[in-house]
Amino acid sequence: MSKKELGLALLLIVIGGITAALNPLFLSSVNLLNMANLIGLFGVFSIGQGLIIITGGIDLSVGSMFALLGVILVDLLVNYELPWPLAVLIIIGAGTALGLLHGLLVTRLRLQPFVVTLCGLLIYRGIARYYTEDSTMGFGYAGDLDTITWLASGRSFGIPNPFLFLVVVAVCMGVVLHRTVFGRYLYAVGRNEEAARHSGINAEGVITGAYLLGGGLAGLATVLLVFYTSSVSPSSFGNFYELYAIAAAVLGGCSLRGGEGSILGIVLGTVLLQILQNLVNILGIPSSLNFAVMGGVILLGVIADQQLGQRKQKVQLQRSQAAAAAE
Amino acid sequence: MQPLLELTGIGKTYPGVRALDGVSLHLNRGEVLGLIGENGAGKSTLMKILGGVVPPSEGRIRIDGRDYPQLDVAEATRAGIAFVHQELNLFDNLDVAGNVLFGREPLRGGPLRLLDRRAARERVKPLLARLGADFTPDTPVAELSIAQRQLVEIARALAAEARIIILDEPTSSLTLSETARLLTLVKELRAAGVGLIYITHRLGEIVDCADRVVCLRDGRLAGALRREEIEHAAMIRLMIGRELRALYTPPARPPGEGGLQASGLITAAFPGRALDLHIRPGEILGMAGLVGAGRTSLARTLFGIDPPLAGEIRLNGRPLAIRSPKDAVAAGLYLVPEDRKRAGLVLEMPIVENVTLASAPNYTRMGLMRRAAEWKASELQRAGLRIKAPSSATRANTLSGGNQQKVVLGKWLSMAPKVILFDEPTRGIDIGAKGEIYGLMRALADSGVAILMISSDMEEVLGVSDRIVVMHEGRISGGLERAGFSEQAVLRLAIGQGEPARVEAAPA
Repeated sequence: MSKKELGLALLLIVIGGITAALNPLFLSSVNLLNMANLIGLFGVFSIGQGLIIITGGIDLSVGSMFALLGVILVDLLVNYELPWPLAVLIIIGAGTALGLLHGLLVTRLRLQPFVVTLCGLLIYRGIARYYTEDSTMGFGYAGDLDTITWLASGRSFGIPNPFLFLVVVAVCMGVVLHRTVFGRYLYAVGRNEEAARHSGINAEGVITGAYLLGGGLAGLATVLLVFYTSSVSPSSFGNFYELYAIAAAVLGGCSLRGGEGSILGIVLGTVLLQILQNLVNILGIPSSLNFAVMGGVILLGVIADQQLGQRKQKVQLQRSQAAAAAE
Repeated sequence: MQPLLELTGIGKTYPGVRALDGVSLHLNRGEVLGLIGENGAGKSTLMKILGGVVPPSEGRIRIDGRDYPQLDVAEATRAGIAFVHQELNLFDNLDVAGNVLFGREPLRGGPLRLLDRRAARERVKPLLARLGADFTPDTPVAELSIAQRQLVEIARALAAEARIIILDEPTSSLTLSETARLLTLVKELRAAGVGLIYITHRLGEIVDCADRVVCLRDGRLAGALRREEIEHAAMIRLMIGRELRALYTPPARPPGEGGLQASGLITAAFPGRALDLHIRPGEILGMAGLVGAGRTSLARTLFGIDPPLAGEIRLNGRPLAIRSPKDAVAAGLYLVPEDRKRAGLVLEMPIVENVTLASAPNYTRMGLMRRAAEWKASELQRAGLRIKAPSSATRANTLSGGNQQKVVLGKWLSMAPKVILFDEPTRGIDIGAKGEIYGLMRALADSGVAILMISSDMEEVLGVSDRIVVMHEGRISGGLERAGFSEQAVLRLAIGQGEPARVEAAPA
């Protein structure tokens, strides 16, 4: 655990402790399980976002992807009566394909990630609304969806399944990011694409890979989210979720300049965001202030991080200056 | 006559370190003072003090007979001190006039404070003419070459009516002819009564233009030389306190067969020119030429960054298709790039991750990185290359230039090189570390590696190479065998006055 992650964990405990002290309901099992469920839902795609941010990119399209893939998922299950494993595979595949498309636009055509995914945000939302004529899609009396409903929104051993999904995804992506060559390349490309390329690394491939993984995780998150709400209204489903993901990644130590961040950090960032949301509810703060509280905490967090980073840099610089002068 | 600038007993103490100790020097009007010393000798600290960037811990600064106890940047500028930096400080997005007059733009429109672009151009035009610049005041700086940018910096100093101009490694990115032009300019400025402090590692330039030399060593004045005493050996003696042995070490054995052969190679930079080049195993092939002659684009092409438009590349006789650096790396053909901070290293990563960056898949078991194996490989390079760092966990950005270059080398040495292309391998590296790099290149060549060394440093080209080829405007204008090495011969070929028909670039 790095210092950054430790600091974040400490912040979590402090905020959690204060909230619990003000309202003991915070620690009730109902509340904790509810939070765990939300953490799972948001964590899965925040990790995807984090991988993309580590390459120095960004994905603004995930919220709209949820709407588009969500209505397609419902359509496949209800109107086309596809078996659920096939439908789920198609959705995850479609998410991966969209990620691949973003990656190729960024690396082959050298478009800016912000622009590519901003267009994605507009296009996917637009298509989803057109496709459904802006009407909410639900499951109604569709066939046998018990298994997938349980899998996506049920509990195992008393723990919400989305949370378990997050654990699995986090462990897998943690290994990928921190232990594999691909992960090493991801950091190298995010830090200094030029030097990575000069070391024979296929930088385009690595960046595209990150978008691909991000898209796949967004596909998985779509399935979980659709069964959480059990209906999709194309104009609002997943609205702003890309911003939650970016916020979680940034809180968790990812730098938008790329090359920094960890899976554990992103997960902790997601947890902190959900605690903040929960705290607003549970402490009776007007829910209209929800966003303001979140923004305020992120801002403070980033400022604190910046200040500590600057001090550290100063010390390092002094040391190296001293060493150079001593030479 | 009262000196233009007088420093007395300047000292600077950083926590725990004495960077400068009792340095006194003076500069007269119409004089070029050469300032030499190895990296870390205190030159930069002294110049930062002169520029008002850091205050001295003790000592007196007197400019034109006036004491400046609290010199800050604004006051230094007002006192007539101007810098022409090693790393150019220009605004890429502005035009020449905007840069030259930055901070003192002519205005019109009274309280509206509009920029008067026409007046700015008119004011800058004569300055550029005086410098012999071949560009206009409204040229965007982004379109200028490094040499042209340097002229812009000097124009800025002239526009500020600077009386003391400090040139810090001004020629490190210049070609031979550009360097010659800069030196002429320095002499003109001197004739106009400007006092110049000229800092460089290239002692030939000091011999050419300096009236006096002072040398710093370990933060102290190591000595001074009068005009008639200025020569290489004396300066090197002052800098390192001992005689430097001759640069050239002959190869252990004659060059072998094979190596890297390029024929009919056409680079993207010069689509009309085909190149033939042969780098033999066991030799250091020096490559001279003006900046922009196509040397770096040739290296980039061979390494696959800008893949060739046409032509054949053979490695040890076998054809090699290079479409990306990946192909080159897989074949054992490596590039030590010109700009090591941008292209050679991931500065924020530790030494170990930089060393294994290009060979990470070699340190895996079942797809997972083996940290211990990586560490061992990196420590091996750190010891072998004598990289001065506490451990392989040290981040690359805290290392000196020479040690950073060694890390780049370590990356390639850890993976069985066949050919290494060095692009300006010792730029900005101090003399001691330079010697080490040359030694490493020679050891590599002796172990059978084919080495191409692109360099704009004449001493280096003549002193280190076994053979020299010279490029001019995208083609190889000639080659020289060791017996025929001379500054004049290289220069003639570099400006395209050689006889390429008679001199074969590749040995028969």
